Amino acid sequence: MVELQNYAGILLEGAWLTIQVALLSLLLAVFLGLLGALAKLSHSVFFKSIGTLYTTLIRGIPDLILMLLIFFGGQVLVNNLSYSLNEWLNQMFSRFNPTHEWSAYLPDYINISPYIAGIITIGFIFGAYMAETFRGAFLAVEKGQLEAATAYGMNKYKLFVRVMFPQMMRHALPGIGNNWLVLLKTTALVSVIGLQDMVKIAGDAGGSTQQPFTFYIAIALVFLFFTSVSSLLFSWAERKYTIKTR
Amino acid sequence: MDFSIFINEYQFYLAGLWTTIWLVALSLLLGLFIAVPVGLLRSSENWLFKGPAWSFMYFFRGTPLLVQLFLIYYGAAQFDLIHETWLWHYFQEAWFCALLAFTLNTGAYTAEIIRGVISTMPKSELEAAKAYGMSEGQILRRITLPNSLRRALPAYSNEIIFMIHGSAIAGIVTIVDITGAARVVNARYYAPFEAYFGAALLYMCLTFSVIFAFKKWESRYSTR
Repeated sequence: MVELQNYAGILLEGAWLTIQVALLSLLLAVFLGLLGALAKLSHSVFFKSIGTLYTTLIRGIPDLILMLLIFFGGQVLVNNLSYSLNEWLNQMFSRFNPTHEWSAYLPDYINISPYIAGIITIGFIFGAYMAETFRGAFLAVEKGQLEAATAYGMNKYKLFVRVMFPQMMRHALPGIGNNWLVLLKTTALVSVIGLQDMVKIAGDAGGSTQQPFTFYIAIALVFLFFTSVSSLLFSWAERKYTIKTR
Repeated sequence: MDFSIFINEYQFYLAGLWTTIWLVALSLLLGLFIAVPVGLLRSSENWLFKGPAWSFMYFFRGTPLLVQLFLIYYGAAQFDLIHETWLWHYFQEAWFCALLAFTLNTGAYTAEIIRGVISTMPKSELEAAKAYGMSEGQILRRITLPNSLRRALPAYSNEIIFMIHGSAIAGIVTIVDITGAARVVNARYYAPFEAYFGAALLYMCLTFSVIFAFKKWESRYSTR
């Protein structure tokens, strides 16, 4: 227990990082989810197939693999791309100017930070799940409401902002809550790509103090605290925004 | 991009695929054995039965699977009771720790599915069956089981897919499952994109086969 107190500060920093990653990924996921849902519901075959491809592919690939693919694979891909671009630019210049000397126009080595890679991956994955949630919620909005809005002379933008979106959110709230709980637990994976989150710090501390169980159970309880507070907040929000029939 | 790596090492990937399949299948099977009693206890009115089941489900559904795996794989050595006895023989094996963590995890999630199905069982159907004079066994076989299965199957197929995806973390604790194979191939060739892309393809095949099989199965139980 003494060791746990010594590491309390750094563990809290890790917990704060976990929350940051989770909230930023949620933001990205909601944004991508709205886009995905609108794409799936659009009348254009092109957008529809992109939306379907997105949600289907994500369902098929584990989050860890996607994270490793984006972090390690994306790193190599970006660097190869910038190398080939450099080569191509230099060749173009030497064609027009024989005395041209090779120089790097783009940085030779771009470092993808695990922080960004983690947020992008988690946001990208949960964007697909959010898209399914929002799609269902959009479809659950009563047609009569939209007709009434049109009858009031609202244009498409006003109809979306004033009628469609607020009512859709009400239907989407339980789904968003579920996705958030899964997302929160998925953030533990960012420790694998080297981010100093709670799980990574607990691992290091457990290794150096020879008390891995103590540290892992401590962060398990922190995760439990996060998920419990979240479910309380979401059930409060659901009660607050429920349609009152009486 | 050099996908000859994937073709050269396909046997390695296939071995990983097999590890993933048996690890997930065995966890699901053992998890089901935990889930049925826990789900039943959770549905009981008595807090003496309900409490332990509730706590078990609350812990394993509220924490990340990765932390649960680390808790067992790295944490077990802290206890002399495990470290100094025959138990260590098992707990020092990564596959055993992964199997234990996955089993407990899926057990908790499946217990929640079972609890949901029990709590929403339509009473009128049971009353009707009783009125027809069916025995307890007949009611179970003809009404309760098909009805519950029909309602539980979509949720359970989701749980299987979550388990396949979740099992990818086994590769972190030295197990050569699909992820583990990809990690080894990446280390050997330093070709992360190709290595993980191959793994993603294999997981996709696995996931979509399961989804397809369950669609077939569900359509058999659906009310026509």
